[in-house]
Amino acid sequence: MNALTNRAKQVDRRKMNFLERLYLVAIFKGMMITFSHIFKKKPTINYPEKTRPFSPVFRGLHILNRDEEGRENCTACGLCAVACPAEAITMEAAERQPDEENLYREEKYAAKYEINMLRCIFCGLCEEACPKDAIYLSETFAPSDYQRKQFIYKKEELLIPHPIEKPEEYKKALGNRVKRETAN
Amino acid sequence: MLLAIDMALIIEKLVLIVIVVMASLVIAMYTTFAERKVAAILQDRRGPNRAGPFGLLQPLADGLKLFFKEEIIPNFSSKALFIIGPGLAMLTAIMAGAVVPWGDKVHFFDRDIALQIADVNVGILYVFAVVSMGVYGIMIGGWASNNKYSLMGALRAASQIISYELAMGISLIALLMVTGTLSLKEMVLDQQTGYWNIVYQPLGFLIFLICAFAECNRTPFDLAEAENELVGGYHVEYSSMKLGFYLFAEYINMFISSVIMATLFFGGYDIPFLNEANYDQNWMALFGVLMLMAKVVGFIFLFMWVRWTIPRFRYDQLMHLGWRVLIPLALFNMLLTGALVLLKQNGWHF
Repeated sequence: MNALTNRAKQVDRRKMNFLERLYLVAIFKGMMITFSHIFKKKPTINYPEKTRPFSPVFRGLHILNRDEEGRENCTACGLCAVACPAEAITMEAAERQPDEENLYREEKYAAKYEINMLRCIFCGLCEEACPKDAIYLSETFAPSDYQRKQFIYKKEELLIPHPIEKPEEYKKALGNRVKRETAN
Repeated sequence: MLLAIDMALIIEKLVLIVIVVMASLVIAMYTTFAERKVAAILQDRRGPNRAGPFGLLQPLADGLKLFFKEEIIPNFSSKALFIIGPGLAMLTAIMAGAVVPWGDKVHFFDRDIALQIADVNVGILYVFAVVSMGVYGIMIGGWASNNKYSLMGALRAASQIISYELAMGISLIALLMVTGTLSLKEMVLDQQTGYWNIVYQPLGFLIFLICAFAECNRTPFDLAEAENELVGGYHVEYSSMKLGFYLFAEYINMFISSVIMATLFFGGYDIPFLNEANYDQNWMALFGVLMLMAKVVGFIFLFMWVRWTIPRFRYDQLMHLGWRVLIPLALFNMLLTGALVLLKQNGWHF
């Protein structure tokens, strides 16, 4: 029968010769291999001084988006809460008053918006479900904490900084996001 | 009738003892750190580098961790033996450093102080005797744990140690035929003027090295504490500082074995290719101590290098190696050395 490749090696069943039975030669060769590992480059990253590079589509912490004039995009429609498989998002809607036109984009806005980071599985379904490009997942990790209560992130912690009042922080928070192609 | 005691001598010896014991403990502490760093470097990663600059305070953190752990003493008959076991292991480990010549003579306060705690003329035999007593520490620990796995681990350790002591002793006899003296100080003085003993006894050194691995319970002979197989072997029931003593005694043993090997075969505190009499006595003594430490560091690195390269021996393979390979080899070495020494005394003709 023809072999498929020529990689098969014949099993060597000869008895060991004297040099092999000494084991010293084999041990020495092994020690040379381990010695050469001293001079190889280590793949360890010195966290937290350096962090590993993430791709632009990495699913990290949530950010509530604003438009170019600084108005919040979120209209508290609840599609993200319904899409979330872990039921981590809750919200309460409110009506926009006439003197708040520069704060919110549409007449309905989210007065309270909470995400429970301990429940969230960072799947990105909320980002896919949102029709207003109001929530997306950024590149940062969720930081650690000592109490469970601290992990329920409120709207203020999730909002992106104002692009006109705080342009550098806005730019930093924007990161390298690759915007998904949506209807809007 | 009162002996006329020389107070200066007593103070000198006390200071030497304190220095040697402290140095052994500190060096063993940093050997644990070096073990983790060397293991990491050989495995393509970095070792501990967070505790203090470059991780240098890591052994302090480990020691403190062991102190803060809970002392668990199992519920059984012999509490005394349980506590004596690790103490005995530590005692014999530190005692062996008493006859080693750490350096030449230094000249302070108008006295010539020899850097050796006890220059007995049975030097190497004393070391041997103390190391043999180290078996008791392991056996007592395994027995007093009241646990059949510890007992098996301790039995394996004890049988391993006594098997390899034989080959070590026989290779030592061959060395003694060459040097003609048991005293470690005389051996170093001979090596300063002649060649290092490694040139006269290469096979003897190899056998001694393999037996030293077995005596310290280091891989490839570490099935007494085989972490994967016996879950800790004879020290599985120990916690907190008693466990610390066992682990520490192993590292001190490693340090003392390195010192003995350096002294017996590699000239001790001798600096090669340098005639010490030409220079200032105190500085030469200091360089001698540093040279000995450099050789010891080389040996300790060798211990660790072999540990992270070779897999562990099975128990029957280990016994086979000790009794059926090393002892005949050591005997052959001894006979060959004896023949050559007689030839030399006879003027190289029959």
